Amino acid sequence: MSRWLPKVYLALVYGLLYLPILVLVVFSFNRSRTGYSWDGLSLHWYQSLFNNHAMVQAMWNSLWLALAAATVSTLIGALTALALHRYRFRGKRVLNGMLFVVMMSPEIVLAISLLALFLLVGLQLGFVSLLLAHVTFCLPFVVITVMARLSGFDERLPEAARDLGASEFTMTRTVLIPVIAPALLAGWLLGFTLSLDDVVVSTFVSGPSYEILPLRIYSMVRVGLKPEVNALGTLLLVCSLMMLMLSQWILTRSKR
Amino acid sequence: MHNSHRQPFRTAVLVLVWGWLLVLVLAPNLLVVGTSVLTRDPLSFLSLPLTLENYARLIDPLYLEVFLHSLYMAAVTTVCCLVIGYPFAWALSRLSKRQQTLLIFLLIVPFWTNSLVRTYALKLLLATNGLINNGLLAIGLIDEPLTLLYTELAVIIGLVYLLLPFMILPLYSVFEDLRDELLLASHDLGAGRWPTFIHVVVPLTLPGVLAGVLLVLLPAMGLFFVADILGGSRNLLVGNVIKSQFLDARDWPFGAAASVLLTAAMALLLFAHRLSRRRLGEEAEV
Repeated sequence: MSRWLPKVYLALVYGLLYLPILVLVVFSFNRSRTGYSWDGLSLHWYQSLFNNHAMVQAMWNSLWLALAAATVSTLIGALTALALHRYRFRGKRVLNGMLFVVMMSPEIVLAISLLALFLLVGLQLGFVSLLLAHVTFCLPFVVITVMARLSGFDERLPEAARDLGASEFTMTRTVLIPVIAPALLAGWLLGFTLSLDDVVVSTFVSGPSYEILPLRIYSMVRVGLKPEVNALGTLLLVCSLMMLMLSQWILTRSKR
Repeated sequence: MHNSHRQPFRTAVLVLVWGWLLVLVLAPNLLVVGTSVLTRDPLSFLSLPLTLENYARLIDPLYLEVFLHSLYMAAVTTVCCLVIGYPFAWALSRLSKRQQTLLIFLLIVPFWTNSLVRTYALKLLLATNGLINNGLLAIGLIDEPLTLLYTELAVIIGLVYLLLPFMILPLYSVFEDLRDELLLASHDLGAGRWPTFIHVVVPLTLPGVLAGVLLVLLPAMGLFFVADILGGSRNLLVGNVIKSQFLDARDWPFGAAASVLLTAAMALLLFAHRLSRRRLGEEAEV
């Protein structure tokens, strides 16, 4: 009994975790209007999704935001990881601590603190405020990904490059960047997904000038059921799944 | 180490990194703490005099009830995650490496999927004429649909569903480090299964438990959209209160005080986590 019981248990929990997602995907192809009973196969909801102008606009907005947030957070995150890994400087623990706090604190705490800052400096809520906020919460995840890659790296290589006369910048470009490249890509993909999925922080720091997808979905699902959301959720799921598989593939391939 | 005066690149990196974190992490958090001791002002949001009244209002019966209810739901969520996740992580760590990799992948897929969409998917199951009710009616287990949606139970189900992976992952990492020799040694010294579990397994996995609690308990109080979508108006979380104070009621000092309270709770849990790890470290050295 003790041999198969743990496996049955694992299977059961996975079943429960995936049941709602499965239902969502199946119902996205449902012709029924009410969204509860099965009425036959249809792509109707996908069609109506793409005919919804505001929705398509929100999709593009989210996509641009995610692209920008992932790129900026990867850039700054990689530099942060390099600084933490290579340099000795005062307040290193404080820097580490701040990253840790961003990762651990409830999203809502981060959200209102950023809102307070943006209003204080008079920044109009919109793309820029969203970008700054998204980069900030993606940052620690990129740093961790890159740090993990750097931790197994032979320290003598950068020193050798420096001793041979390369400047710190040249050494970083020619020695360190190639080493951390897979982690950069994985970090970018993670940042992209985190940005695309965020609800809590975006609720606070977005303005009417730049509506993004999660907020559009939020206003739709607060009351009742909207079958269009099934279709949209399925598309997002496929998108996330591809991103995740790509990033896992890159990371495991580069380990060999 | 090379001399920092001749390293413009190094300086540029440090300035950028420090700048970003000071402006977008430290300053905003200080602002919130500052806001929490100011007075509400209908015109400019905030004004002097400094006051602790906002903190006092947190224990006003009206809000205290919401906070305690939220804490209760978050605590039940955490316990459920722990009860489900602990054996889960153990079972997972006993599998072959290949299987573990695959199953961990399956566990983080939901983490990469829109949490709002997943919360909405639960609604499809829990609604009065949703799948659970239809299923139970069809097999004749119930005669009338159960009220599942817009209840405390629905909020807890939603929170457990969203946060379970955050409990499992730290537990899995401590179980992975748990060496079989320790269990064998305990067995050889005459301890039965139960004493081994209490005296060996539990203390060694405690840091994982506390990390999991930290990652579940606080977000469980903050995820306002779960309460919004599944809970109706009577099952609010601290997150809903903070959100309505900031976005609707415009009572920033009060919202900020509630947020500081959450942060303080986080600090407390972090401290407990560190303490448990330090204790473990000392015992291992002895």
